[in-house]
This record gives sequence, structure tokens and C-alpha cells, in this order.
Amino acid sequence: MTVSTTTTPQTNELAPTLRGGRRARADTGFQWMSLGAAVLVLAIRLGIVISMVSGAWPAFSKMGLSYFTENKIDQVNAVYGSQAYIYGTIVVSFIAVLFAVPVSIGIALFVTEVAPQRLKWWITTIMDLLASVPSVVFGLWGFLILRPHLNDIYNWIHDHVKSIPILKTVFGPSGGGNSFMTAGLIVALMITPIITSITREVFATVPRNDKDGALALGATRWEMIRGVVLPHSSGGITGAVMLGLGRAMGETIAIALVIGANPQIVANVFATGEAMPSVIVRNLPESSGDFQAALIGLGVVLMALTVVVNVAARLIVNRIERARGA
Amino acid sequence: MMTTTLEREPAPKPQIDLKGPHLSAGRRLRNRLATVFMIGSLLVAAIPLAFVVIVVVSKGISVISADWFTKDIPDVASSTLATKFGATDVAPVIYGMAPAIVGTLLTTGLATLLAVPLGILGAVYLNEYGREKRFARMLRFFTDVMIGVPSVIMGVFLYAVWVVPRGVDGRSAVAGGLALACLMLPIVVRSTEEMLRLVPDHLREASFALGARTSRTTMTVVLPAALPGITSGCMLAIARAAGETAPLLLTIGSTRFLNARLSGVNTALSTQIFSNVTQPGGEPLAWGAALTLIALVLIFTLLARFVSSRFALQQS
Repeated sequence: MTVSTTTTPQTNELAPTLRGGRRARADTGFQWMSLGAAVLVLAIRLGIVISMVSGAWPAFSKMGLSYFTENKIDQVNAVYGSQAYIYGTIVVSFIAVLFAVPVSIGIALFVTEVAPQRLKWWITTIMDLLASVPSVVFGLWGFLILRPHLNDIYNWIHDHVKSIPILKTVFGPSGGGNSFMTAGLIVALMITPIITSITREVFATVPRNDKDGALALGATRWEMIRGVVLPHSSGGITGAVMLGLGRAMGETIAIALVIGANPQIVANVFATGEAMPSVIVRNLPESSGDFQAALIGLGVVLMALTVVVNVAARLIVNRIERARGA
Repeated sequence: MMTTTLEREPAPKPQIDLKGPHLSAGRRLRNRLATVFMIGSLLVAAIPLAFVVIVVVSKGISVISADWFTKDIPDVASSTLATKFGATDVAPVIYGMAPAIVGTLLTTGLATLLAVPLGILGAVYLNEYGREKRFARMLRFFTDVMIGVPSVIMGVFLYAVWVVPRGVDGRSAVAGGLALACLMLPIVVRSTEEMLRLVPDHLREASFALGARTSRTTMTVVLPAALPGITSGCMLAIARAAGETAPLLLTIGSTRFLNARLSGVNTALSTQIFSNVTQPGGEPLAWGAALTLIALVLIFTLLARFVSSRFALQQS
């Protein structure tokens, strides 16, 4: 997450520039080689964007703006829309962030402000290792173990809010365990270690003096956290949340297993739905023609959404760092 | 910012008597509630995460034997169906996962061979030649943005430019390896650049003073100094790539038989988990593959942590 704000002088100005000879040629060769690698790295980036847009072009040009106003892909009637998939992705990542952020902040505060040194090391190590567990494993666990239990819980919640106007729509009848909520909860579990580790680093940058000052004035630990740690870290937390959101939106396999593969726009979070990455991964290998183009188009939309979120995150973090550096 | 949190001088803790009679009940209660919230959130996250690992280990361990690493993947769907419809002469299923283990190693290995040298060279350009030049800043920005792009996009990209033009022969370990390489590349570039930046400038200046040009300085001074950190960053990228499913699902196809070649349909541990979850009788295969995959990823992650904590330059 470190941002390039180095002010070191260009050291290669000091490098000897004696002309001629085999070594000078070798040096130039090396410089060109590394420049070539850099250009290639950039070219791959551009290649991804160009090839995907051109792959999706048949669907975009055929549907025009209605690609974004039509509900879903309907092969029989040759209607290609994206709304239900975009809706699914947004709902699932919103649920995931809603659950993951408070928990991550709580853990990060516990680690930086409460836990003794020993425990701190154990928690951070285990969290980092859990962050490396592949997402398909979470999907497997969610599908086979968690889903049946969640179905009972959904039914229980629905029975208890049946008579309350808005809640009865949001917590509607359960669709058998596969739902926006199940997908959101599993993704929340997956992004918690990531958000935790970034917030922990942000909290660690709060100056010791400020914290000690608050405590010396008689603040309790919570008052110190609220008055010093949280205001100092607000920008960093926002950046961490955005990065977590980016991860949640791109999560594919775990969502593909537990969302139910039923594109629809409903307020009921316990209903089955569909998200952009999961519809792509499930259907692309057997697709062809306009259907294929429409799926690649969903990839373009997904890429654009995540790029926007990530650029916003980076700008926020950059601004914070600059403000702090000045 | 990445590593500053690791070590901190143990400052003397200010002794404050929170239980003092001067603290009002409301403040004391709020403080207590905040602590409960912190511990509670730790439990809320830790219990399910620990549960995932425990379930995978307990369910996976029973499937794994010597056959697991040497035999082809059994056709569980048809034996399950045969048993269901009353067939009595169904041969017992021998659980094997060798094709997927080979496929994962093959694709990840190919991706490493492609992404690591290119990524390191790109990072050398960024830190040793480009620095704050316009092109370098642009490349850095694109790399940062690219790290956040979902892995499924790399799969779609390779599917569109590699698999579709080649038709049925398009799905292979090469396509999978290329997709994983696209995924690893930005991670390798970024982590290597971080490490090169930690190499103190006086080392470079000393080398320049001895008459070495930038190329020689880079090869004999900068890269060796940063090597442990670079190794650790690359290992984390490998661990990430080995666990990926979505790009492989779109690019390598599926088979039950061993294919150690780069061409032809292949399979991988992660895609086997995905396809066996919903297959009748496939659950033991999925759990076993999950345990194997976690073990593989964990080995690389632990090695990376060990190398970086033991040998790498630390940000002061």
C-alpha cells in the first residue's frame, strides 16, 4: 500500500558515463532490456483492455445503451442485459463490506491497543496465513457446511420480522440457503484478514505522543481511541475499505457456488441471485456468438467498476500521505 | 508503511487507574463496552476462519493416501449412479488426484518462469532507471490499479485471445500458465520495486565510485542486497497464483487423466474442488483437493515469511 513519494536524487546521474568499449555497450543493452520489460508489462495491461473491449463489441454495438437497462441475458429472445448481474455484485459486496469493516476495525484496535506483545504476534501471523487460504476452499466450506445452517437461520429471521413493513421485504422468504446474504457473508470472511492487516498498519502510524497525551489528560482507553486513533486514521480506513470492496467485487468462485445462479433484482437478501464474475465463470466456456460477447462485456463492466474503486482508494491514500508528509 | 509495525520499542506503559472513584459510571461502561466489542470482533472472525481450516483438515485427511499422489482421478459420478441404481459389481473407488497436482505445479511453474524474470526486470527499470520519469510513474500507476483487477478478468482475457482462436485445442496448461502469469506480474513488479527501494543509496554510490556502471551495480550490488525480499515477494505471488480458480476454469479445461505436457486439456487442484463440489459422490475428492491445495499454498506462504523475516532488508 506504500505509495511512491521518494525524493531521493536520481542516483544514476552519479553513475560513470565513460563512452565506448564493450562494457558500455553491455550497460546500454541492459538499460534497453529493462526498459523493454517495462514496456512489455505496460503492453500486457493495454492488451487486456483492448482485447476485452473488442471481444465484447458485438454485444455492445447490438444492444447499445439497453445493455445497461435490460435486466439479464436471455439467449432465446436474443436480449443481452447486465442490470441483474451488476445489482448482484453490488449487493453482495455491500453486505460483505458491511460485516467485514466493523469486525476488521475491532480486531485491528484490539491488536494495536489492547493485546499484549505475544498475543499480538500470534494474531497477526494467523490472520496473514488465513488471508492466503484460496477462495475456492471458502466456497467449498460455505456450500457444503455453512449453507444448510444459514437456511434455518434465514427462516427463523423471516418468521420473526414477518409483520414489520420494510424488514419483511428485505429479510424475505429464504431461497433454500443459496442467496445474496450467504455469498456476502462468505466474502466478508475472506476480506476480513485483508482489511484487518491494512487498518492495523494505519493504526500503528498514530503518534505515540498523541495517545499518551490523551491518556495523561485522564481519557479512558475508548475515549483515547475515539479522540486520537480514529480521527488520525480515518483516511487510511477509507482506503482499506475501498480496497476490500474491490476485492469483494472481483470474488468469483465462492460466490459462484452459493449465490444460486438466478439473475433477478429483488430487495430480499435471502433470495437467490447472480453476480458478474460468477455468471462469467459458469457460462463462458460453453458460450458462443453474441452470448459470449455479452459475457465478455460483463467482464469489461466488472473491470471498469473495480478500476474506479481502486483508483479512488489510491487517490484517498495518496492524499492522506501527502497531507501527513507536509 | 508495510513493515513499520513489526518491531516497536516497548515503550513504558502509562499507568492509569481506570478503576478510580473519579471515573463516572457512564465512561467506565463505555470503555468496557468498547473492549468487549474488540474481543467480540476477534472471536466473530476467528471462529469461522478456524472452523474452515479444521473442517478441511478433518474431512480431507481421510481421503489422502499414497494412491492420492499417484493415481488418476476416479469417475465418481458414474460409480455413484451405478450403486444408486442397484449395480452390485461396482469396483471400489480409488481416490487419486495426481493429474490435478501435476496440473497445478505445471501451470504455476510456467507462470513463475514467465512472470518473475519479466517482473523483476520491469521493477529494475522502475527503480534504477525510470525513478520519477513520466513513463515510470505511469507504469507504476497502472501496476497499482492492475493489482486490484479481479483474477477472473485474466481468465476472460486469455480465453478471448488464446482459447477462442485455437478452438478445441485452445485449452491447455499453456493458456492457464499465461493467465496466472498475467495475475502474478503486477504483484511481482510492485513487491520487487519496494525491495529495491529499501537498498540504501550509499551502496550504489560506493559501486559507482569504483567505476561500475548502472548495469553492473544493479547485478552485483543492488539485486543481491534485495534478493531475500524479492524471493519472499515472488513466493507470495506464487502462493496466490496456485490457489486461483477462476482464470484456470476458463483456460485449462478438465480431464481425469494425467497430462504432464504443456499442450492438451489439463486440470488443477482448484478447478477439481470447484467441479467436484456439485458432482454426485465428488465431496471426498473436493475435500482432499482442498487440503492438498491449502498445504501447498501454506508451504509457500510460510517460506516467504521465513525468508523475509530472517534475511530481508527491513524498513527502518
